[in-house]
Amino acid sequence: MPDAIILEHVWKFYGDYAALRDYTLPVSAGSCCALLGRNGAGKTTLLRILAGLSPFQRGSVRVFGEQPRSDKARRQLGFLGHGIGVYEDLSARENLRFFAQVASLRDTGATVESWLERVGLARVAEMPVRQFSRGMRQRLALARTFLHNPGLLILDEPFTSLDDRAIAMLSELLTEARARGATIVLSTHQLREALAIATHVALIENGRLRYAGERTEEMLNDPGLLYRLHTELGGA
Amino acid sequence: MREKVVFGLAAVSAVLLAYDLYQIFLVLPDEAAQGAIYRIMFFHIPAAITGMIGYFVALTLSILYLSTGRLRYDSLAASIVEVSVVFSIVNIVTGSIWARVIWGIWWTWDYRLTSALVCVLIFCAYLIMRRAIEEPTQRARLSAALCIFGCVDVVIVWKSIEWFRTQHPGPVLSIRTGGGNIDPAMERMIYLNLLAILMMAAAMVLVRTRQEQTAREIDSLRRLANAA
Amino acid sequence: MTPGCCTGCTPNWVAREHRLFAMRTLRQAISVARKDLAIEFRTKESLNAAGAFAIVILLLFSFAFDPAAEAVREIGGGLLWLVFAFAGALVFNRGFARELPNECLDALLSSPLSASSLLIGKAMASFVLLLGVEAVSLAVFGIFYDMRWWIQPWQLAAVFVLATWGIATLGAVFGALTVNLRLRELMLPIIIYPLLIPLLIAAIELTNGLFSAEPLKPDQLLWGRVLIVFDIVFTALALALAETILVN
Repeated sequence: MPDAIILEHVWKFYGDYAALRDYTLPVSAGSCCALLGRNGAGKTTLLRILAGLSPFQRGSVRVFGEQPRSDKARRQLGFLGHGIGVYEDLSARENLRFFAQVASLRDTGATVESWLERVGLARVAEMPVRQFSRGMRQRLALARTFLHNPGLLILDEPFTSLDDRAIAMLSELLTEARARGATIVLSTHQLREALAIATHVALIENGRLRYAGERTEEMLNDPGLLYRLHTELGGA
Repeated sequence: MREKVVFGLAAVSAVLLAYDLYQIFLVLPDEAAQGAIYRIMFFHIPAAITGMIGYFVALTLSILYLSTGRLRYDSLAASIVEVSVVFSIVNIVTGSIWARVIWGIWWTWDYRLTSALVCVLIFCAYLIMRRAIEEPTQRARLSAALCIFGCVDVVIVWKSIEWFRTQHPGPVLSIRTGGGNIDPAMERMIYLNLLAILMMAAAMVLVRTRQEQTAREIDSLRRLANAA
Repeated sequence: MTPGCCTGCTPNWVAREHRLFAMRTLRQAISVARKDLAIEFRTKESLNAAGAFAIVILLLFSFAFDPAAEAVREIGGGLLWLVFAFAGALVFNRGFARELPNECLDALLSSPLSASSLLIGKAMASFVLLLGVEAVSLAVFGIFYDMRWWIQPWQLAAVFVLATWGIATLGAVFGALTVNLRLRELMLPIIIYPLLIPLLIAAIELTNGLFSAEPLKPDQLLWGRVLIVFDIVFTALALALAETILVN
């Protein structure tokens, strides 16, 4: 399978300090890669680089053969970071409509309505997000991320702090995305959930890539295995 | 190596400056129309030129930083702007003293005066902004952008005010006038003093750049310590 | 990023690509501006602050000197543009700060929206808001200072549009540049006021000229040229440096 993302010898510096050291990581198209590692290991930095939100200093990153900031790459990209990325003072419909316009979708109105329906917000579509409950916000954020059928999904800790309904919805959306051939990169420190969906795993420690490869059955049975084998601290 | 260069530049500059001061105050006669005060020109003009050269070099370095991403260019640009601002202030202060004696006023809204002042304000903003950004790489990018905007703005100020009020004396150096506006001995003195001041500025810039690099090293060590 | 507009020396399809690119940039910019205006009209955060601020300053100035005197005619332009510049800072501070909650800025930058569209869209929204504040201030100014400012309305409108676009562009650029900084609200005015000096001088000279009954003199018209040059140069720089400023 061709590679959707190719990282070659990527270094990211804050001044003289290397936050990411010499990353080489291919992610093949249609796979789901889970980035594992402790807080502060560099997962978010790596995801921001892939999403074109953060410049890097050395090496090269190709997303579908293009620079991460290129038009083509961003057209394919669905990014969900720590924030939900929707406006508090706009209604759910206005939010989705705006992001649909920005993505230059053809049938804006119909797409937005079908997504409102799908995430169960059709009834409250006119309400400003300010008045939404936590779960409703999360579902709106999911609709915002998946609105334009992205071919590459970059999700930073997507399962953290989701309620049950949103977790079910996200799993469904991810399965569906996999089915139409989308590539997924997600970071998490919740091993079990991540390993269940992932086809590949990459383990990061202190800005270094410790392990990258396919997810095996052994890992599913013993989620701590990876840490014990490949980190300096040995998972202590 | 760098220490030797700094020391050498400073030493030559000091010797030259001593010679210049001797010449300016004890050898050259008073000017016919202005009397003794004209001597301030030997510092006023070289300070202005040093500042201008500095901003131009900083602009070039900012563009270089944006195209290559090497932090060395950013450190150098920041050091140069800092030193240039000092010389621009020297230029404005000496000019103001001269104006008080000759024109009877400290300040006038002439185009050279105004653009010199705007220039100092813009680059002070540059220096203030640098202090507000912690992360060196982000600081370098944003400062480079501000430097480009600032330099373009200074050009616009200069060109636009040129159209109307001018009280400042016209060019005196013969590369701009074709000669005849200034006594050759005095002009030679201006160039000699310019040389001395430029060397002094270069030495200051080298010391400052060293500090910038050390600051960056300390920052990276602190990040390393926090990460581990 | 931004293609040149050399249509004469490139094949037709290249010219067409460029035209499409420019159209898309503009369309996306308008989406951003509409979104910002919708939020602003709903919350009235910066509109209320800037409008109230402008009126208070106009009121305070009327105590600083005798508002009925002939002097108002000579300094009216200066007074107004200082008020607009100060009110502008309030508008620009909100401009990008609005994108911070929920990390909307990341959502925008990772979308197909180009950085230059985002910057221009922000400038458009600030432009409309600032023009609104200016219209109100001008009316209040006319009442407080018994000033007949409508003698040459079209020229005055042109000056306001040109100068306000310049202020709005710089406001958007430096609003973006300072959005993640400590002391953002203090940094913005420190940076933009010195940069705005040429534009403000030009706008003041022209406005003062237009408040009198005589048509503009040729040397005053030169200031119109300064406004146009300022607008073109800084809009172009903003487009060119948008990526540098926003993605870091």
